[in-house]
Amino acid sequence: MSTRNVGFLLLAVALVAPWVAYPVFLMTALCFALFACAFNLLIGYAGLMSFGHAMFFGLAGYVCGHAIKVWGWPPELAMLGGALAAGALGVVTGALAIRRQGIYFAMITLAFSQMVYFFCLQAPFTGGEDGLQGIPRSPMLGGLLPVHNDMVLYYVVLAIFLFGFGAIYRIIHSPFGQVLKAIRENEQRAVSLGYNADRYKLVAFILSATLAGLAGSLKAVVMQFATLTDVTAAMSGEVVLMALVGGIGTIFGPVVGAVIIITMQNYLAATGEWVLVIQGVIFVAIVLAFRKGIVGEIADRWRAYSAGSRK
Amino acid sequence: MADPLLKVSGLNAWYGESHILHGVDFEVGKGELVTLLGRNGAGKTTTLKAIMGIVGKRTGQIRFEGQELAGSTSDIIARAGIAYCPEERGIFSSLNVEENLMLPPVVKPGGVTVEEIYTLFPNLLERRRSQGTKLSGGEQQMLAIGRILRTGASMLLLDEPTEGLAPVIVQRIGEVIRQLKTRGFTVLLVEQNFRFAATIADRHYIVEDGRVVDMVVAADVERSIDKLHDYLGV
Amino acid sequence: MFELIGIPPQALFGQLLLGLINGAFYAMLSLGLAVIFGLLNVINFTHGAQYMMGAFAAWLLLTVLGIPFWAALVLAPIIVGFTGVLIERLLLRRIYHLDHLYGFLLTFGLALIIEGVFRWKWGSSGQPYDNPIPGGVNLGFMFLPYYRGWVVIASLVICLATWYAIERTRLGAYLRAATENPTLVRAFGINVPRMITLTYAFGVGLAALAGVLAAPIQQVSALMGTNLVLVVFAVVVIGGMGSIMGSILTGFGLGLIEGLTKVAYPPASNIVIFVVMALVLLVKPAGLFGRTK
Repeated sequence: MSTRNVGFLLLAVALVAPWVAYPVFLMTALCFALFACAFNLLIGYAGLMSFGHAMFFGLAGYVCGHAIKVWGWPPELAMLGGALAAGALGVVTGALAIRRQGIYFAMITLAFSQMVYFFCLQAPFTGGEDGLQGIPRSPMLGGLLPVHNDMVLYYVVLAIFLFGFGAIYRIIHSPFGQVLKAIRENEQRAVSLGYNADRYKLVAFILSATLAGLAGSLKAVVMQFATLTDVTAAMSGEVVLMALVGGIGTIFGPVVGAVIIITMQNYLAATGEWVLVIQGVIFVAIVLAFRKGIVGEIADRWRAYSAGSRK
Repeated sequence: MADPLLKVSGLNAWYGESHILHGVDFEVGKGELVTLLGRNGAGKTTTLKAIMGIVGKRTGQIRFEGQELAGSTSDIIARAGIAYCPEERGIFSSLNVEENLMLPPVVKPGGVTVEEIYTLFPNLLERRRSQGTKLSGGEQQMLAIGRILRTGASMLLLDEPTEGLAPVIVQRIGEVIRQLKTRGFTVLLVEQNFRFAATIADRHYIVEDGRVVDMVVAADVERSIDKLHDYLGV
Repeated sequence: MFELIGIPPQALFGQLLLGLINGAFYAMLSLGLAVIFGLLNVINFTHGAQYMMGAFAAWLLLTVLGIPFWAALVLAPIIVGFTGVLIERLLLRRIYHLDHLYGFLLTFGLALIIEGVFRWKWGSSGQPYDNPIPGGVNLGFMFLPYYRGWVVIASLVICLATWYAIERTRLGAYLRAATENPTLVRAFGINVPRMITLTYAFGVGLAALAGVLAAPIQQVSALMGTNLVLVVFAVVVIGGMGSIMGSILTGFGLGLIEGLTKVAYPPASNIVIFVVMALVLLVKPAGLFGRTK
């Protein structure tokens, strides 16, 4: 089964899903799926483990929400603004973080996200602990899209998700993506071949931040609020978990991971702290036993199977 | 030989997937000085590491003083009385000279005292407060040999102690190794420098492609010189 | 009374004292992180949770068994250190051959589990812990609560003792050597795996000790270590993990900077350490005392 066929299958599922499941839940899942894909672009293809991606996701949500609610921007423009704000934050934090590698990179991004968290906690426009509430679902494209209707909004969200997903797919398969992979495999060799590894890493970081910001903006539009939770280290950990569960460095892994984690949270929401405990257990189990994630394991089995049947 | 101190038989060793030693057999008698000779990549260093238990995986027998060590971890092997001086010398940069010297724990009574080591290598005494890796190559080698004498180990595994050193230092190290032999140490020496090895060793084993292929005793070296040159490619 | 740039000295010195106390915790935690990372190559994300466990252990010893603070100061780190032994033996040991990131993720998962369980059992709200040395002395320019003064001195002594043990003793030489080349140290006859276990337990115990010291100052709560560990990561990036004394100086120094910021411009006090981190990354990416590893 090729990647393309899997893609069509998933697309078909996504198109009929809102008639079967609760659209707001599906939209949330799509937002997180895009967020996880953006994160995966960085870890899976540039080998950079960001542990602070919530800063892009969360900050973009605030910017987008503020633009709609206070400045009266149409949602599409506000989402663009949110994504660009996240991208700008990515320029600054990325330029500093790529000065260190490996585990330090993770710690530095985590520290920066904590800084953004405290900023959002205190900044006047975020509503502090209460968050930014009551973001109106203004019509999009000059009134063409009445997104106050959940079904309409679902297909808008799906389209934006597909746009983001397609962009990531294109980036990975572009010459730029190939160089990124070469840097991930062996940075020194890539440098000796004349590639400016730092610049490639920074561009990947900014792209990932921008797309994470798009996901955060989208979530603010869907949920009609932006919250401090989305800027926390726990949220940064959650997106890592989504990518890990699905499979780091696989195209569909983050989507699968996001759907699983969001579904789990949906069912376990009433149990409070146990959600975190279970997430912790999943982290431990994956690191010890399933480092390839669900999609990674399936792809391995499938390859072994088709190699065996061809003989 | 009646009862060898160290008897290695059928030793196989791997680094990850690559199979390096394919059944190494040899023995070393008590008080003997034996070398392993061979070309680069023949498996000499790996043989020492396999004896010490610091390769990826190994099989075969390693009997030392009648004790089987092939299944043991390297700390147990060291405590059985085998001391190892690696090719890269392994001087610790975060330790000063004296700390490097005092690092290996005493495993048996009867080791060389610190005073004797400083007499053997006066340079080390002068520089005992310096950072270990600030020493010259020759001094680092002396430190690397010196520190394993303290432990009371009866058998020394020395991996290319003369590598990259000036002739006068090589000579000094030769003297020291000879002195160690007279003190009763058993030495297994890996060498590239055959001319150096020939001056001090009792016997030579030739290692090729992960096996011991020949043995030459010191008295026969003159007669076997063509054969040896052939083995070593000199 | 004199005033410094419009700031009453009571407030200034009070905040500086608070800064020193926070700095003491930063120093003790980053010290443990650095020692653990040196030998295990694992950034111990569980460190904040273990700090919290230290405080909880002291609180439970007092409220359940009636064991006073001074005994808890010894017992709690031992208890938490023992849980560290279990974590190292059962979990961490399996991942040393993997990329460092897996250790980070594994210990992050553990932190979620530990904090979640404590929250489930004792809730998120803080439990008060009685001050073991109430009272204080008026120094003229400030009021010094005895306990706070004691914490600063005790943690300094602990940090310097740790420095001495690592840099000046035989056991410390083993640790430094094994950090550089564990294979060779083991081939000298030292049981390195046991040393790794004990080093982890020691680092964790140090975090727990900081937790016990914090208990009478802060409320004992399940989440008291969550944000702290993130600040300590920044401290570690600023100091670099190469030097023990560097960790201590960086920890106390940043605590003071934070305290000063609290006086000068309170809203920035939460983020000043991260700003310092950004500046250090610009000027000296390896950290103030760092060697690139």
